[in-house]
Amino acid sequence: MNRIDQAFQQKKNILNIYFTAGFPSLNDTTRIIRLLEQSGGVDMIEIGIPYSDPVADGPTIQESNQRAIKNGMTLKKLFEQLSDLRSYCALPIILMGYINPVMQYGIEKFLQKCTEIGIDGTILPDLPFQEFLDDYKALYQKYGIYNIFLISPQTSEERLRKIDTASEGFIYMVSSNSITGAKQKQTEEQIKYFQRIANMNLRNPRLIGFGISNRTTFENACKYAHGAIIGSAFIQLLSKHQDNLEEAIPAFIKEIRG
Amino acid sequence: MFPITQQGYYGEFGGAYIPEMLYPNIEELQKNYLSIIESDDFQKEFRRLLRDYVGRPTPLYYATRLSEHMGFHIYLKREDLCHTGAHKINNTIGQILLAKRLGKKRIVAETGAGQHGVATATVCALMGMECIVFMGELDTKRQKPNVDRMRMLGAKVIPATSGSKTLKDATNEAMRFWINNPVDTHYIIGSVVGPHPYPDMVARFHAVISEEIAQQLQSSVGRSEPDYVLACVGGGSNAAGAFYHFYQNSKTKLIGLEAGGHGIHSGMTAATIAVGRVGVLHGSKSLVIQTEDGQVIEPHSISAGLDYPGIGPLHAWLAKSGAASYFPITDEEAMRAGLLCTRLEGIIPAIETAHALAYLPKLNAQSHEIAVVNLSGRGDKDLTTYINYFEEKNML
Repeated sequence: MNRIDQAFQQKKNILNIYFTAGFPSLNDTTRIIRLLEQSGGVDMIEIGIPYSDPVADGPTIQESNQRAIKNGMTLKKLFEQLSDLRSYCALPIILMGYINPVMQYGIEKFLQKCTEIGIDGTILPDLPFQEFLDDYKALYQKYGIYNIFLISPQTSEERLRKIDTASEGFIYMVSSNSITGAKQKQTEEQIKYFQRIANMNLRNPRLIGFGISNRTTFENACKYAHGAIIGSAFIQLLSKHQDNLEEAIPAFIKEIRG
Repeated sequence: MFPITQQGYYGEFGGAYIPEMLYPNIEELQKNYLSIIESDDFQKEFRRLLRDYVGRPTPLYYATRLSEHMGFHIYLKREDLCHTGAHKINNTIGQILLAKRLGKKRIVAETGAGQHGVATATVCALMGMECIVFMGELDTKRQKPNVDRMRMLGAKVIPATSGSKTLKDATNEAMRFWINNPVDTHYIIGSVVGPHPYPDMVARFHAVISEEIAQQLQSSVGRSEPDYVLACVGGGSNAAGAFYHFYQNSKTKLIGLEAGGHGIHSGMTAATIAVGRVGVLHGSKSLVIQTEDGQVIEPHSISAGLDYPGIGPLHAWLAKSGAASYFPITDEEAMRAGLLCTRLEGIIPAIETAHALAYLPKLNAQSHEIAVVNLSGRGDKDLTTYINYFEEKNML
C-alpha cells in the first residue's frame, strides 16, 4: 500500500511539512528529513525541487529556491542525496516541483527514480490536469507514484468532481486565492470555502495548504480537512535557525502540535 | 492565420501550463475569446480605435535610399508611427476591449523595456481602468523615461525584485498578482507567449499589420505578396502580426531575427531558437534558454525588448516546421543597422527593430525582389544606448 494511503488510514490531523531541497545548505536535505521524522509530530514530508521561476510561490519560498540553486541543488543531486532514504525514514515523502526541471530530467526516468528511492507522490502545480490524464497518468500508474492535484476557492464543483475522481492519495486544497506565504489567521470567507468542500463528501482526503503557519491556523484547518501543510513558516524557521536546526525543528513541531 | 488545436497547441508547442489557481481565468478566456473578438460589435470598436486613436493604417513606406544601398526593393511597415511609438498598442487595445466585455475592473501587465507597459497604461487611461505594471527593478532604472510615462498615465509601476529583476521576473510577478486577484483582474500579456489562448489572441490583434501590408503592396505595385517579410523576434508579437496573412503562401519567405547578443556561443545571447531547448516557461511549452537541469538562464541582448529567455510557441513551431526561418543578429550588427537606417532614411528605429534591418545585407535578394521590414518601433527610448555605444566606437 502507498505510504500516503496508510497515513490517512492510521492517523488524524495529518501534519505535512514542506521544505526546499538544498536549503539553507546543499547538504541539509537528509538532516532535515531525519529531524522531522524524529520530532514524532510530522506525518508526511514534502520536498521542494528548486526552480528559477516558481510562479505559485511567495517571497519566502522564492528565496529558498534561489538559494538552493545557488548552493548547487539539482534534481540529479537530490536523488543522490535521497538514495538511502528508506533506511532512516518511514514517513510518506512527496516531491513538489515545477514541470520544467522534471521534463528536462525525463518524466519516465524521474518516476523510475522515485520508485527506486521510495518516493510516494509528486505535486507539480503547473502540470495541467488534462495533460496529466492524457500524457502522464499511464506512466505514474506503471511506477506506482501518486500525483496530487490542487484545488482553489475558484475551482468549479464540476471540475472538483473530475479532480476527485482522478486523484489518488489526497487533494491539496489551496486555502485562498493566493500564492504561498505564511499568514497569521484565516478569514470568514476561507472558513466558508473549507466548509463547502467538507460538505461535498469527496472520495479523497484533503490537506489544506498555503497560509498555514502556526498552531491556530493548523488546528483550524484540521476542523475542516484531514490535516494541513506548512511551508513558508517552516522555511522562515530554517532560515532563522540554520545553525541550530537540532533544537529549532523539534520545538517548532511541538509548538504546532501543542 | 496559424493552425492551432483546441488545447492551444501549434504542433508540440503551446498548451496552458498554469497552476490550478489560474485555471478558472484561463478557462474563461479560452471559452470566450473567439466569440468576443469575432463579434461585429467588438470588431467595430476595435477597428475604430485602431484608426482614430492608434493612427492606422500605418504607412508602408518605400525606402528609396536603403533600397539603392542594398540593391533590391525595401518597404518599411511603419509601426513606429502608431500611438505610443510601437506596434504593442494593437494588442493592448484588443485586450482591454476584451477585458471590459468580461467585466474586469483592473489590468495587470508585465514590461521589459517599458513599451508594452506604456501601451497598457495608455489604454487603461483611455478606458478609465486601474492599471498595475510589473517591471524588473533593473529595468526601472535602465528605462526611467518609460517608467515616468506610465506614472503620468496613472499606472502603478511595481519593481519586480525577485530572481534576476528583469522581464522574466516581471512576468512571474504579474502572474502571481493575477493568482492573488483572480476575480476582478485581467492580465494583458505583451507578447505571443503565455498559456493558451494568449499566443493566438495576441497574434490575432497584431494580424492587422500583415493585412495592411498585403493591401498596401497591392495598391502600390499590383501584387499583395512580398518576396520577403522580415521582423525581429523576442517573444515574437510583431513578427506574428507581420507573418500572419503570409503564412502558407509559397511566394513569401518569412524571416525572424533574434537577438544574438555577443554571439550565440558566447553565453551572452537571447537567441532562443538558436540555443533554446524544449521546456515550459510562463505557461506554455516552447523553446527556452535553460541549463541542463531546467533552470531558466537570464539572457543577454543590447535591446531590452528582446531580452527574453523564451519565445512564443507559434515561432518555435514555425521554425521547426520550416515555415519560417530564424537567424541571430549580434548587438553590433543591430547597432550598425540602426545607424544606417537613420542616416539613409531619417528614421531612428528601436534597437529591437534594428535587428530585422541588420539582416538585409545577408538576404541575397534579386534586384527585382521586394522585402518588407516590419519597423516595429521607434528608437527615441534607445537614444542613450545608441549614443553611448557609438561614442565609445568613435562612430559619431
